[in-house]
Amino acid sequence: MTTETIPQAPAPVQSRGNRKQARRNTLIGWTFILPNFIGFLAFTLIPVLAAFALSFMEWTSFSAPKWVGLANFQRMLASDSFWIALRNTVVYAVGHVPLTMALALLLAMLLNRKLKGIGFFRVAIFFPYITSLVAVAVVWNMLFSPDNGPINQLLHSIGIADAPGWTSSSDWALPAVIITSVWKDMGYYMVLYLAGLQAIPTELYEAAEVDGASAWQRFWNVTIPSLRPTTFFVVVMLTVSSFKVFDLIVVMTNGGPGRSTTVLSQLIYQEGIGEGKFGYSSAISLVLFLIVLTVTVLQFKIQQRRER
Amino acid sequence: MTNMAEDLKAEAPFGAGTALPSPTGRTNRSSREKKARTTDYVIYGVLAVLVVALMVPFIWMLSSSLKENNQVLTVPIQWIPSEFVWSNYADIWTRIPMMGYLQNSLYLAVIITCLQVLTGSLAAYGFSKVRFPGRDVLFLAYIGTIAVPWQAYMVPQYIMMQNLGLTNSFNALILLQAFGAFGVFLMRQYYMTIPDELCEAARIDGLSEYGIWARVILPLSKPALASLALLTFVNTWNDYMGPFIYLTSNRLWTVQLGLRSFVGQFDAEYAMIMTGSVISVLPILVIFLIGQRYFIQGIATSGMKG
Repeated sequence: MTTETIPQAPAPVQSRGNRKQARRNTLIGWTFILPNFIGFLAFTLIPVLAAFALSFMEWTSFSAPKWVGLANFQRMLASDSFWIALRNTVVYAVGHVPLTMALALLLAMLLNRKLKGIGFFRVAIFFPYITSLVAVAVVWNMLFSPDNGPINQLLHSIGIADAPGWTSSSDWALPAVIITSVWKDMGYYMVLYLAGLQAIPTELYEAAEVDGASAWQRFWNVTIPSLRPTTFFVVVMLTVSSFKVFDLIVVMTNGGPGRSTTVLSQLIYQEGIGEGKFGYSSAISLVLFLIVLTVTVLQFKIQQRRER
Repeated sequence: MTNMAEDLKAEAPFGAGTALPSPTGRTNRSSREKKARTTDYVIYGVLAVLVVALMVPFIWMLSSSLKENNQVLTVPIQWIPSEFVWSNYADIWTRIPMMGYLQNSLYLAVIITCLQVLTGSLAAYGFSKVRFPGRDVLFLAYIGTIAVPWQAYMVPQYIMMQNLGLTNSFNALILLQAFGAFGVFLMRQYYMTIPDELCEAARIDGLSEYGIWARVILPLSKPALASLALLTFVNTWNDYMGPFIYLTSNRLWTVQLGLRSFVGQFDAEYAMIMTGSVISVLPILVIFLIGQRYFIQGIATSGMKG
């Protein structure tokens, strides 16, 4: 790798000059890292570690911190707010992950051709992903408007008489959020799938065609297996981002109606910043982190086993 | 993860495919080629319908922003306003302090982007081109925090800012967002692809490490710098939760916060809400159209957004 010293045999005994060089390197390295590291240490690393510690403490804005062991977790498991938030988060993930994945793949396959101007279509479909969430949520809320909203007008026109109340109904608010988020995110995953598709050697398709495979067979036996690495990446990213869902809910439904769309991140916010229960909210944070970590590790392990 | 990034870089999905299928085959226009032509048109048709369908929210946003309030939710839907109410775009500036919101968003986005790019590229040089004990452990700490959802540590951050007396100030957001591990990671990934021999040669020429960073590495890493700058800018501009948690007084609000509060207060002013939405999205559209290549590469390389 990189060293200032010209490659030497790995000497067990370091010469004085070498050690001086190493000390100089350390100094230089740190001066490069320091401007970022100070901010990173103070505002990311310490808060991360603090969140772990806090989850075992009783600390509110009115009381001093006190070590309470697992009491916060016991309280959390006994609270129905936690279970409702967890359930909603899981339901969101179960809707968001497969829908986004399927549509992203479909779009990628449609857009994976050499046509003049295809770039325009790709850019257009990607754009919602970087549009501000507030604008997206505001527009979709109006599209979902129960009375004369465009979506319910469409449903009426195809013969559905009692169209859902969407964000004003506790049964349909979560589906409305899922639809919005699928629309917003699929462009990003489409780009990932597009890259995956372009990496498949065309010879594979040609060989399959020679063997008389139909388009459907080519899809199942060539495209899907070849895309496996991409799919794993997409599933991990989608699942992790689903469990972290936060701002979309806050802006679109704010957890309502009732508690029908409250998710874990929002519960952390309400308990921790809203009500100042620092310790208790950190226990929920730890659960969120462990879920995200488990999902990531699990997917990684599965992928490793498949590759072997 | 890295594989994905390389695939994307190699294929440049937004640029590829724009080439016409072999211009050399023109001499012999066979029936097969004609058939391919027809298929092309069919595909164009399908794609056009699809894209228009997917763009409906934007079309509806734009169309509603040019209507009277009572024209927005009509039966049947009016896609083209019967009368264009351009005055919405003039009135919004006095209806809500839109100019102030835009300035606040711009201020935050510019400061945070500059700090993130500067400190990120410096740290990335330290992590990729200087060897010293403890370096890799330190980098692992950076990576480790990327895996932790920020919601999991927003409460400790908030307590900290409260104790520093920084809540309800821009400084809280700047401090929290300008030193992200994300920027370091993105830049380091790129610096790893720059051969060490270049630095070695510069060292032999007598350049100091700081000189190498400024005069060799920085000019070479323009695409990565552009990616990081654009991503940070857009993320900051679009950020809702940060300003929502920290900025309480109206005069500090960003566009996102101002727009959301407008919706909350005057939820029947449909047209004006849409006008505000269009204005909040417009800068992102312009930036995206200018730098789309860097966006895609940046997002792909890092495998994440923000």
